[in-house]
Amino acid sequence: MLAFAIKRFFQSIIVLLVVGLVAFSMFNFVGDPVDSMLGQERTDADVERVRISLGLDKPFPVQYYKFLQGAVKGDFGISYRQGRPASEIIAERLPATLELAFVSAFLAIVFGVVLGIFTAIRRDGWLANTIMSLSLIGVSLPTFLIGILLIYLFSVELGWLPSFGRGDVVDLGWWKTGLLTKSGLLALILPSITLGLYQMTLIMRLVRSEMLEVLRQDYIRFARARGLKDKSIYFRHALKNTLVPVITVTGMQLGSIIAFAIITETVFQWPGVGLLFINSIRFVDIPVMAAYLMLISVMFVSINLIVDLLYFAIDPRLRVGKSGGAK
Amino acid sequence: MSLKTLKAILLTSSLVIGMGAANAQTLKWARAGDSLTLDPHAQNEGPTSALAHQISEPLIIRDMTGKPVPALATEWGPSESDPNVWWFKLREGVKFHDGAEFDSEDVVFSFNRAMSEESNFKELLSSVVEVRANGKYGFEIVTNGPNPIMDSNLTNLFIMDKGWAEANNAVKVQDVEGGEDTFAARNANGTGPFILVSREPDAKTVLTRNDNYWGIDEFPMEIKDIIYTPIQNQATRVAALLSGEVDFIQDVPVQDLARVGETKGLKVITAPQNRVIFFGMNQGDADLETDNVEGKNPFADLRVRQAVNIAIDREAIKKVVMRDQSVPAGMISPPFVNGWTAELDAVPAYDVEKAKGLMADAGYGDGFSIRLNCPNDRYINDEAICQASVGMLAKIGIDVQLEALPKAQHFPLIGGLQTDFYMLGWGVPTYDSEYIFNFLVHTKGEKFGSWNGVRFSDPDLDVKIQGLASETNLEKRNQMIADIWEVVQREQLYIPIHHQVLNWGMADKVDTIVSPEDTPMFKYFKLSE
Repeated sequence: MLAFAIKRFFQSIIVLLVVGLVAFSMFNFVGDPVDSMLGQERTDADVERVRISLGLDKPFPVQYYKFLQGAVKGDFGISYRQGRPASEIIAERLPATLELAFVSAFLAIVFGVVLGIFTAIRRDGWLANTIMSLSLIGVSLPTFLIGILLIYLFSVELGWLPSFGRGDVVDLGWWKTGLLTKSGLLALILPSITLGLYQMTLIMRLVRSEMLEVLRQDYIRFARARGLKDKSIYFRHALKNTLVPVITVTGMQLGSIIAFAIITETVFQWPGVGLLFINSIRFVDIPVMAAYLMLISVMFVSINLIVDLLYFAIDPRLRVGKSGGAK
Repeated sequence: MSLKTLKAILLTSSLVIGMGAANAQTLKWARAGDSLTLDPHAQNEGPTSALAHQISEPLIIRDMTGKPVPALATEWGPSESDPNVWWFKLREGVKFHDGAEFDSEDVVFSFNRAMSEESNFKELLSSVVEVRANGKYGFEIVTNGPNPIMDSNLTNLFIMDKGWAEANNAVKVQDVEGGEDTFAARNANGTGPFILVSREPDAKTVLTRNDNYWGIDEFPMEIKDIIYTPIQNQATRVAALLSGEVDFIQDVPVQDLARVGETKGLKVITAPQNRVIFFGMNQGDADLETDNVEGKNPFADLRVRQAVNIAIDREAIKKVVMRDQSVPAGMISPPFVNGWTAELDAVPAYDVEKAKGLMADAGYGDGFSIRLNCPNDRYINDEAICQASVGMLAKIGIDVQLEALPKAQHFPLIGGLQTDFYMLGWGVPTYDSEYIFNFLVHTKGEKFGSWNGVRFSDPDLDVKIQGLASETNLEKRNQMIADIWEVVQREQLYIPIHHQVLNWGMADKVDTIVSPEDTPMFKYFKLSE
């Protein structure tokens, strides 16, 4: 087990290094930060001076090496756009994204599972069919369009919900939360629906098909033959067995919810890391872009690592295979 | 946490918010971009200056019409005895937000700070040799030669409190490049009409009225609180205005003008902006890389440049691309600028036949192909303007390949001389033609001509341009400006397209005019119920 974990850990480090390398080689194509930094009244001498002071005149392996040197110490450099440490800016923005992501994931799981069970049990009911057809919207419409449609309906036409921002936040010292104020909660509704809709329909469809699969199994028939109540068959026997793949998929999706919050955050002016990343690209704010990409890849890599370790713990075949090889 | 305590928290917090929102004198302001830093000398950029203008003040400001008016200086002028000196009489009895008194020490300190290496404003003060106090409320600027327009360089040059900066380790300008983070980047202490209450970059900035402001009786000062939120997404920004969540947005997208204007309770007001949009052509190199003509540069021929000029149908661009939200231009200077004349700005007559004739005379009757570089996120409908021009130039045989890029990639092409045909926009913060000539007409070199991507070079003209900086006889100076414009127009250095138009959208209760600088000065705003 330990050997497996260590090996996995080193593989993850390599993945991170490669992500950093690819990201850095791409930064050369994003543009030149010097122009946005200096404004209109710059002379050619200024451009040269800034380029040298930022180290942009150096070849990119050197830039990458310098970045790694800092990154190991947790120092991602100073944002070109805001003039503050990139890690500090990201830490300040992360709560907004995490809250949005977790609320979206929560909504997606609750509604996904409930609707999935419902559509599986009432397979031919008109309501179930309607839900199934509507769920196609969630899968097929692009996120920004859903967001704008929701804004149009609930903010402009009905005037119920705010169209942008995070509302009032409460500062807990290390975490600014919007979950404790009314305006904060209201502001969460539209973005979290927008962000979670795709995952919700995905989970719903997954639960439904797994459920249908399980309901065909012999032990369900035997359970019915034993005269168990429907409720107990569906929720105690069938649902439990459908959840294993659902949990796996949901775990992986949480990572992508955080990573793909970019579009939702842009549409709703949600002050999270996704919006920060978009702004950084426009400004060619290399330190922030690099820190963000590293953060996202660390997140993906650690989720993968945890999932792999869980498999190892759950699936005895992996263990047997390893110890067999050692002999 | 039990459910009960959670409920209690929810209840109290909603009460607090309820009270705050009830205030009718609050102005909720949104625009696409946020200020980059609160350090007033670190970034010379629109949204950054716009926020700084509410909190801090220069010696002189431009009011909402663009006219220079007194702020922290009450009177000023060039010295009678020494033409190299400008004198300023400072306003007495002004206090910074923290209560510290304003005097000439602060001005000397702020000017020295703005002239330091890290400052973004040092170019505007490049002619300054020395700044000195003359008593408690007198201040003098010594330049390396007479500078007739010194005062117009100062309208974005904010004054900081010396004591505050020293106490908070903010004497040096935030060195963004060197990776420094100063106290002044996140805190502000000015003399301005509004006081900073809180700020979360890219999310929300709250200001409240400075009731001790020196001009509290002189200006309307009707706004009590300002809540400033950047909203990048166009559709969301308009939605926020339509739904009443914000009262004032600075950039209404042209396709939504009608929608906002027709909505009850909202209005759009419009005025020409201090920004002109134009094309530049590489006319200096012997051969172009991005064309299909071997060994020759078609743009080096004046007739080709003239043909391009009259082949662009500016009225069509205005009608179709800009939905009437532009003013077609004949020169690359905004209308408020010293040196601008209606004759020079007369729109060239659109004439395809004549253009074809010019092309044939120049030996390009069969046309040629060229790449056009365009930004796609900088000016209003920038890419669409270029697309329209591609079609127009095709009519005279110029086969244009359009390359539209984000501004972060587009502008380095101009600075690095990697484009032969490009779009550029230009604003003139000093309201004087010298600024245009220095950057766009003077031969490209270390100190001048940094935006001269047309590779035009005329040593005699360079001498004239540099001479403008020290010519104190305004009549003579204006004649020199006119002479230089004559060359710029005759040589068809650039192809002017139009002056951009600003559209501010707001609730009916907001009463203001549009500032050509796109900088709202909220002390001038009125609010009716």
